[in-house]
Amino acid sequence: MTAKLSTLATESRTCTLPKLSRRNAESFGRAPGIREKDRGIWRTYSWQAYYDNLRDFALGLAASGFRRGDKLSVVGDNRPCLYWAQLAAQALGGIAVPVYQDAIASELVHVLDHAEVSVIVAEDQEQVDKVLSLRERLPHLRSIIFSDPRGLGRYQEPMLRSHAQTQAAGREFGQKHPDYFERELDTGCGDDAAIIAYTSGTTGRPKGAMLSHRNVIATAENYVSAEHIRRGDNSLAYLPMAWVGDMMFSLATALVAAVTVNCPEGPETVQRDLRELGPHAFFAPPRIWETLLTQVQVKAADASWLKRLVYEFFRRAAEQRELLRADGKKIPLVRNVAHRLGEILIYGPVRDQLGLRNARWCLSGGAPLGPDTFRFFRSFGVNLKQIYGATEASALVVFQRDRYADPNTVGQVAPGWEIRIDEHGEIHLRGPGVFLGYYKQEDATREAITVDGWLKTGDAGLIDPQGQLAIIDRAKDVGKLEDGTPFAPQFIENKLKFSPFIREAVAFGDSRPFVTAMIVIDFNTAGNWAERHGLAYTSFMDLSRRPEVAELIVAEVAKINATLPESVRLRRFVLLTKELEADDAEITRTRKVRRAFVAEKYADVIAALYGGADNVQVSLVVTFEDGRQGTLKSTMAIHGERLDADALKAA
Amino acid sequence: MTALPLSIVGSETSRLSITDVSKRFGGVAAVDGISVEVEKGALVSIIGPNGAGKTTLLNIISGFFKPDRGRIVLQGKDITARKPNEIAAMGIARTFQNIALFSGLTVLDNLMLGRHVRMRSGVFGSVVYWGIAQREEIAHREICEELIDFLKLQDVRKQPTGALPYGLRKRVELGRALALEPSVLLLDEPMGGMNQDEKEDMARYILDVNQERGVSVVLIEHDMGVVMDISDRVIVLDYGRKIAEGSPADVQSNPAVIQAYLGRKP
Repeated sequence: MTAKLSTLATESRTCTLPKLSRRNAESFGRAPGIREKDRGIWRTYSWQAYYDNLRDFALGLAASGFRRGDKLSVVGDNRPCLYWAQLAAQALGGIAVPVYQDAIASELVHVLDHAEVSVIVAEDQEQVDKVLSLRERLPHLRSIIFSDPRGLGRYQEPMLRSHAQTQAAGREFGQKHPDYFERELDTGCGDDAAIIAYTSGTTGRPKGAMLSHRNVIATAENYVSAEHIRRGDNSLAYLPMAWVGDMMFSLATALVAAVTVNCPEGPETVQRDLRELGPHAFFAPPRIWETLLTQVQVKAADASWLKRLVYEFFRRAAEQRELLRADGKKIPLVRNVAHRLGEILIYGPVRDQLGLRNARWCLSGGAPLGPDTFRFFRSFGVNLKQIYGATEASALVVFQRDRYADPNTVGQVAPGWEIRIDEHGEIHLRGPGVFLGYYKQEDATREAITVDGWLKTGDAGLIDPQGQLAIIDRAKDVGKLEDGTPFAPQFIENKLKFSPFIREAVAFGDSRPFVTAMIVIDFNTAGNWAERHGLAYTSFMDLSRRPEVAELIVAEVAKINATLPESVRLRRFVLLTKELEADDAEITRTRKVRRAFVAEKYADVIAALYGGADNVQVSLVVTFEDGRQGTLKSTMAIHGERLDADALKAA
Repeated sequence: MTALPLSIVGSETSRLSITDVSKRFGGVAAVDGISVEVEKGALVSIIGPNGAGKTTLLNIISGFFKPDRGRIVLQGKDITARKPNEIAAMGIARTFQNIALFSGLTVLDNLMLGRHVRMRSGVFGSVVYWGIAQREEIAHREICEELIDFLKLQDVRKQPTGALPYGLRKRVELGRALALEPSVLLLDEPMGGMNQDEKEDMARYILDVNQERGVSVVLIEHDMGVVMDISDRVIVLDYGRKIAEGSPADVQSNPAVIQAYLGRKP
């Protein structure tokens, strides 16, 4: 069985990502390889055009002295030319180092310098300016290539060139050296590093995980073998290119299975483009599923009374049916009939509005998804499944299968992988995708991989009797309340975030007498709610300080408390007057809370949560988008009254 | 943000010249003997206290008012007696102080309307929508999509403008003016009522229009910071008369200007 898998990764004609693009050009040259929405139109590049473009770019790089082992970074939104640039570098034996496009300059400099990047491909003027501002601190940088020339016409930088110029130079170079590209491409082997993925790092500085071509191709192949992906399927590439998840889907899986990747017009149009495209597969981190859910909830609440009634009826019916199904009980006929009707009236149209009507499978990964959110989408007929992996294991390792998707587990390992839980409850993985090591950090590598090849993920989990993996939390986040009750902050946070009015929550409780939380309201929905109730507000800070909004959140928390065991109910919470920002290092670029850092930064707030005070004065350093810093002084109210379920009933 | 080097301006032949223009409303001389030269590719700002005649001057240039006296010449052609639509067709586009968009139409349709004077096919051709009419529509749509890309309006392309926030509607209005492919763009307080972020964005767009598309710009604006930052030349009006003209630095130190803004010393 295992021998049959990973054939591409071991075959010398297909053992690197750029070689796979050659195979696709040869085998299905005229089929659509990648699309980009530009000037309002989806423009298609066939696999042949895909390959030609990356070859010309690679030759352009070669003409300017790009050599085996050099590193190339892309910074920008998902664009075909940025994907090609990475493959071009790999075709010459180089390594791609994608970086987060919204990272501020000081964050970028660490990664670019540490990885010794020599070529940066930037999407537009904004990114070019950012890179130019760092030039003095990047001794390895030789050239900057931009794809969108707008606003750059007057720049007189010798190291600056356009994508088109690079490709033109490449075509010229190719005429003089006709065999150069193919020869370089054939020299590449599966064990070469393909990418250095800097981990989002909920702890400390990001580390550069080196993944080889074999890692990513074998992992993608194993994944494809267990999921019904068909050639020519459409997927939407909208997640940050620096995130290993996008690399695995939009490059590795797309190349292995000849899936057509579609790049939206821009970050603001993703949702519109999603609906227009109706992809066959959709991958999103929990944050986005939560946002989609909130939108459905808000639209339903805004609808006329009749629509609201119908929606509510079928939503409940779907929820109960889903619960019955999860318990493995038989579903009565009347429920099935109601479900058919609901499919026509509610579920189908809602899926259509979300752009998920054609989606055969949807994935949530990167962080745990709250069970209520998960159940909602499944009950509405979205084949939502959880996936779990680590950057160091090429991401696509453990995932749910269609027939069995329980909200509390993340599924089974892909074929070709092994899993074990060590004596401390930590999840270990072994398989073809376990990385080469951290770039220039051998001691960290030795810590992460055991001598016999197991990757230590740092996540705590257990395997249930059905063989499904359940993630408890980041191993070091799980704690105990003073009385010994186990406490997993993420579990509580996900419950809280199910409320459409709560965008972010950070729960505390380890070695404490009770559970508390910092809550960030959802500016859109809470703002909408305020407008409907004739409440004027000027800013996020103003809105989160409104006593009426506090009332609203108190009621929401009381509702959530009613579903929690007595001992881990929220006793006190504070409404933060600022959002958690990646620029302030409070969350990672993939929107995971950096718990230790937040606990330190908000020490005063936490002290007040456990003290008796009913408000707290804080002064916080905030970072603006351009890297400037300022101080925010604010008084935040602490709420601890009427959070009990009984109080809710009384009210 | 720095102004254009002056060498780029001025070397070309004069584009738009306004000579000794006057306009009276009853006993009030709204514009009184004003002459302005707008060279090809220049960015000229007109400032002055309320009621100084800035908007009236713009209305005269764009043909909404007939001047009582004086001449307006665009590239050697006298346009003084022309109708507003003829002047638009000759390449002078404008925006309005109070946004004048079709609020029920989408952003895209508003921009397409801006192409109206450039469209050839009539009602019959458009109804049949085949051959020339179809090709024409595609060509116009392409120009509008360029503008949508230029002004970053992709996500609101299909939304009615009435539902958009104020700053965005101002941007759409700029887009509609640009859809005309003008050689001269008249902007009447494009940043009025905007916050700092929106102003910076708008200033960026105006500069890009001016520098990358080579469009001459006549700008009326109250925000002195913006005016001084982006203009090649500033003209100051007071009570319908031109009281100063020169580089931003010259104008700022001109005693007549200071007096017009701050009042005479008692």
